[in-house]
Amino acid sequence: MRTQPPPKKSPLKKSSRREFLRTLALGGACAATFAAGWLRPVRLLAAEWNKAAFDAKVLAEALKSIGATSATDSDQIQLKAPEIAENGAIVPVEITSRIPGTQTIYIIAEKNPQPLVAIFDIAAGLEPFISTRIKMGESAKIRVLVKAGGKFYVASQEVKVTIGGCGG
Amino acid sequence: MIPLRRTKPFRSLLVTTLAAGCFTGQASASPEQDRAAFIALYHEKFPAVPLEDYVNGALMLSRDAKSQFDSIMEFPPFQGDIDRGRILWETPFRNGKTFAGCFAHGGRNAAGNYPYYDPGSDKVVTFEMDINRCLRENGETEYRFNDKATMGIVTAYARTLSDGMRVDIQVEGTGALAKYELGKKLYFTRIGQYNFACASCHMVNAGKILRTEILSPTVGQTTHWPVFRGGDNLNTLHMRYRRCMEQMRASPFAAGSEELNNLEYFQSYLSNSLPMRASVYRK
Amino acid sequence: MADAMKIRAQLQGDVADVKVLMFHPMETGLRKDPISGDVIPLHFIQRVVATHNGKTVMDAQWSQAVSKNPFVNFRIRGAKPGDKITVSWEDNKGEKASIETTLN
Repeated sequence: MRTQPPPKKSPLKKSSRREFLRTLALGGACAATFAAGWLRPVRLLAAEWNKAAFDAKVLAEALKSIGATSATDSDQIQLKAPEIAENGAIVPVEITSRIPGTQTIYIIAEKNPQPLVAIFDIAAGLEPFISTRIKMGESAKIRVLVKAGGKFYVASQEVKVTIGGCGG
Repeated sequence: MIPLRRTKPFRSLLVTTLAAGCFTGQASASPEQDRAAFIALYHEKFPAVPLEDYVNGALMLSRDAKSQFDSIMEFPPFQGDIDRGRILWETPFRNGKTFAGCFAHGGRNAAGNYPYYDPGSDKVVTFEMDINRCLRENGETEYRFNDKATMGIVTAYARTLSDGMRVDIQVEGTGALAKYELGKKLYFTRIGQYNFACASCHMVNAGKILRTEILSPTVGQTTHWPVFRGGDNLNTLHMRYRRCMEQMRASPFAAGSEELNNLEYFQSYLSNSLPMRASVYRK
Repeated sequence: MADAMKIRAQLQGDVADVKVLMFHPMETGLRKDPISGDVIPLHFIQRVVATHNGKTVMDAQWSQAVSKNPFVNFRIRGAKPGDKITVSWEDNKGEKASIETTLN
């Protein structure tokens, strides 16, 4: 697996760290207790973006890169997407997983130049629900994968993308 | 430009439009009779659709499309333009006054009374014209009607101040009626190489599919401007009129021209009683 | 960076419904500048992290196929008035932004 070249500068620059800390200091006495947790998400930004998976030009390769070579069909994943996308540049997609222990939700538009669109890691405290908007180059299946307990589950829906038109 | 092809719906359009021309095209009908006739015509075609839904245009005929609209309107991608419009609206002129001072109730529940007929100038006055009048009277430079970065965004915000207001257009007196009739005449006039009138597509053929598009009914078409095509491309009503005319391969009237103002006057009257909802998403 | 994003959070019972809009071109690297004809380089948000009182609840990785001016809606359990929610993003050029809101 190829890795991303190291960023030229640290994603968390000193100045912004100071800014964060200043914000915390303003928060008062409990700032110190928050500090550790506060900084964690910012450090996470430096974690590795899955370049191999996102660069993959064919579905199988993308699936391999996220470790999902096999996935079980599941009716416990509710995928709400249009039948006919009003505009391929802005396709609303809403996912609710009822699979216990949902850890990660993946959105794939099968015929996009790079099929993998997004990966959402769901920590404890977040409902296994995500709503977002994606681009689709042409009519294709939207495939949603859910990783739970180390296993992959899948649901999909065909979305037709027509050429943009009038609209008034 | 979207090429119109001579498909089956195209042929049926030509036939039915001729009948439509006779339907309310007579000059003798009063504006209220016109409005009633349009509504009756659409009601017969879409008996299940409540009148208020007409503000959604073609979306009222597709649950799938409306659901995408609702989802996108939850937090529209063009929110930044509305916010910038608000800043423009609220930023004082050099004399310290603001746009709000030029409109009744600071511009709240105002847009639904536009356009109106001004007997003094014997002209139809649009909301955009009163924005410019406000600038002029306060010693500021007027906006161009087709400038998205000024007129576009300021109306995109200012019209939201009238969201929920019922459209209430007055056509009273011979002067006003004359402008209404001019707008109505343009609505029924065939133009361009394709030789289509507004009525050809948006009257009896509303609800039919032309290529990939559902044709929207005329009633409700003026209630929600500007629209953001594709989520970020601001289009005013007059830009839309121009695009329609270009698509018919006609040479369009200018944004802010008297011809389009009169057309807007006629068309807005037909939307009387419908709730305004400005700055919406369109595909 | 108030201009870079907007956040709306609504508490329903003990669940915070959070909606975020990020102002970003999300360039695919496939578009050409209509005037110069030059290809507009890839420019997109790669990471989005949401925290609840400092604890990470969502950590997302995105491609350029998320729509322009991205929107994301998620729901946090065990939330109460006064809780702080932050959302941060970072793009492929290292630009970043962050926004915070307090539940009420």
